[in-house]
Amino acid sequence: MDIGQILVNGLVLGALYACLAVGFSLVWGVLNVINMLHGSFIVLGGYLTFFAWHSFGIHPLVSLPFVALLLFGIGYLVQYLFVNKVVTAPVLTTLTLTFGLDMILYNIMTVFFSATPRRVTLDLGTLSFFGITMPVDRLFGMALALALTGLLYYVMRKSRIGRAIVAVRMDRAAATLMGIRVNHIYAITFGVGALMAGAAGAIFAMVFPITTNLTGMYIGKAFVVCVIGGLGSVPGALVGGLALGLIESISGHFFGPQHSLTVGFLVMLFILLVKPTGLVGKRGYE
Amino acid sequence: MSEEILRLESLSKSFGGIRAVNDVSLSLKKGEIVGLIGPNGAGKTTLVNVITGVHPADAGTVHFMGENVTRQRPYQAARRGLCRTFQIVQPFPENSVLDNVAAGAVFGGAVPSLKQARERAMDLLEFVGLQDVASQPASALTLPNRKRLELAKSLAMKPKVLMLDEVNAGLSSGEIDGALDLIRRIAEQGVTILIIEHLMKVVLGVSERIVVLDRGAVIAEGPPMEVVKDERVIEAYLGSKYAQRLKEKTHG
Amino acid sequence: MITRTGLILFAIWVVILATTPLHADNYIVRTAIMISMYSVLALSWNFIGGFTGYPSFATVAFFGLGAYVGAIAQRNGVPMVVAWMLATIVVGAFAAALGSILLRLKGHYFAIGSIAVVEVCRLVISSWRSVTGGGDGLNIPLLRWSPDDVAIFFLMVMLVLMIIVFALNAFVSRHRLGFGLHCIRQNEDAADMVGINTTLYKVIAFTLSALFVGTAGAAYASWVGYIDPTDSFSILMTVKVPVMVLLGGAGTVLGPVIGAASFVVLEEIFWSNFLDWNRAILGMVIVFLIFFLPGGLLRVSFRKVRDRLKGREGVAT
Repeated sequence: MDIGQILVNGLVLGALYACLAVGFSLVWGVLNVINMLHGSFIVLGGYLTFFAWHSFGIHPLVSLPFVALLLFGIGYLVQYLFVNKVVTAPVLTTLTLTFGLDMILYNIMTVFFSATPRRVTLDLGTLSFFGITMPVDRLFGMALALALTGLLYYVMRKSRIGRAIVAVRMDRAAATLMGIRVNHIYAITFGVGALMAGAAGAIFAMVFPITTNLTGMYIGKAFVVCVIGGLGSVPGALVGGLALGLIESISGHFFGPQHSLTVGFLVMLFILLVKPTGLVGKRGYE
Repeated sequence: MSEEILRLESLSKSFGGIRAVNDVSLSLKKGEIVGLIGPNGAGKTTLVNVITGVHPADAGTVHFMGENVTRQRPYQAARRGLCRTFQIVQPFPENSVLDNVAAGAVFGGAVPSLKQARERAMDLLEFVGLQDVASQPASALTLPNRKRLELAKSLAMKPKVLMLDEVNAGLSSGEIDGALDLIRRIAEQGVTILIIEHLMKVVLGVSERIVVLDRGAVIAEGPPMEVVKDERVIEAYLGSKYAQRLKEKTHG
Repeated sequence: MITRTGLILFAIWVVILATTPLHADNYIVRTAIMISMYSVLALSWNFIGGFTGYPSFATVAFFGLGAYVGAIAQRNGVPMVVAWMLATIVVGAFAAALGSILLRLKGHYFAIGSIAVVEVCRLVISSWRSVTGGGDGLNIPLLRWSPDDVAIFFLMVMLVLMIIVFALNAFVSRHRLGFGLHCIRQNEDAADMVGINTTLYKVIAFTLSALFVGTAGAAYASWVGYIDPTDSFSILMTVKVPVMVLLGGAGTVLGPVIGAASFVVLEEIFWSNFLDWNRAILGMVIVFLIFFLPGGLLRVSFRKVRDRLKGREGVAT
């Protein structure tokens, strides 16, 4: 396999990872909560997209906005009803709580959807350029992932809600004094995190088979992306995602694909120790 | 006079291009009380942090009792008897007041057993006047009492040099008099004291010698009454324009 | 700190567990073994998570590593008990080395770092096929005794481990080490300033949190006779252990024992009665625990629980 193919594979994968992790990163950065539900949110988004397509023939592009909105609602409620009550507690409490909630959601999904791998097959063929081949559905997924991540960046910078989220992240107390309803903003942030997870799941369902057994792997990828890129920012997730995509693609080529995950985790541990703010991370900046 | 206990030579520390401590040289003699003053942001707390190893020095050396301790870690400074209090008090909030002081005794003061440490802690609480609240959690204390706790905790480490970082900040004038009295009594036991203050008048009465820090560098040093008349000191505290006016007034 | 009553209760509990083979069936004895084993894990975690306040999720890495070191040693002809000691030493050394690097991180970063360690261990074991058998796992030579004797033997082994770690907990909580760890948990900078060698203390706590978990892992491998990477390094198990300690009461000596016992019993009940829903029910137990028992069973106040259920008390923090 030549170097061009490896790099393109890495970038395509990286764009998907960025979209997968950006919501997780936002929640961690703003709420200081490690959301263990994130992996299940992704799988839920993927399953809903699959069943809309499989049972009702709805094209993923059509169902994606609805799936994402539904997950926003679920995320908002989870934060509003549960996580908000312990949001200032130590990490052990919040992490354990979201893990407990994840066990419930995971169980519901395995009962209703079973663990069979599901995939939306769009059959778009493959594309060749400069000797590099790439399935079109993957390119399509990458474009969609980048577009959504870009949209989130735009919304965070330009909308009132986006500015409010950034304000809460920088200084919770000051934001309260400015008349921002912090609990509401927290719930919205968590909702946006779930929304992005749902959208990422919808995209994933078009590219890879989705199954409940993958929730742990998705969470793992989200950890790695966040730590490599830097927490709580869209550019951080993008850089981290692309970096992880390239790391996996390159190390997969040299050491075999079964080791690419290990290398990703090792890079993450290394970055944690030498530069815990991540490659582009800066505290208090979106 | 008597022997030198702490010597700083050309100590420097920068944070992202800002020289917080700039080529500071300073010497403390055994048993003296020295005031370290300077306006906000002069680098007083940073200097203490560099001396105790919280921040590693970029350049220069720290000698304590003839030994080069520039590279020490904070816990080593504490065990050597180079102790400090914090400007923002740092208690162990859940521990009782007694156990806060006992922690200083058992780890910094090398008291072998917890039981002995608690006995020693009780004596020190009496010394600073906190014996009645010994069993309360430290988080329940009022600010003046927290400052006293901080003092008792450092004393438990059997300090040879005690650096008091703004122990009087936030206290009323009556409380300040009490605190200064306490400091004198500590010095009487042979402890060298570096008293760090933002307010000049607090240290004037108690210090034998004053060092003035501005923008990381020592700008004046000497007996209190000479230092307060120093032009550069007035300028640092009040700004050059005001210093000019003051000069015109007194001379013209 | 442990009271005389606590000590007596623990002794009674040990006797109850130890006598299960005399009057109960295999299933109960098996449960007693699991309770003792999880008590070892929870009591060990207490050193780093309870006393020191570092949210470690690395317990299962030590467990899995111990299982694999023991299994590989036994397969190469090392006698069982020697293999367990070897596992203890290797895991202890691994934890000490790892701790001196990982404990520079705090809070969320430490939590993530410790989870990453579990993942890296699992992935390395899965892919190092020539030594570990990869995803197929390893078979360990079984004891050629009657099944009842084997069960009694492993019950005693786990109980002895449990008593050792319990005694260590009780000792450390009275000792200056425990006092220092308690200070670190409350304010690490201040702890440094009163002369505590915080790095050393944290590494000791982390190593103590690993040592007998390694032994338990190796003994577990010998008991069940087969291990694979997915079971030995399960992320579920890594969260279970802190949950047990929280359930009983973190930072106390008796809490982890109570937590481990109640959790294992609950889990068994859910497994046998609600096979499809056991995971969700465990999840609900966790959520309930966080909202209604934030101090653990040991510090339970039933009046408060009732008030909260009625919604009289607002935010739980």
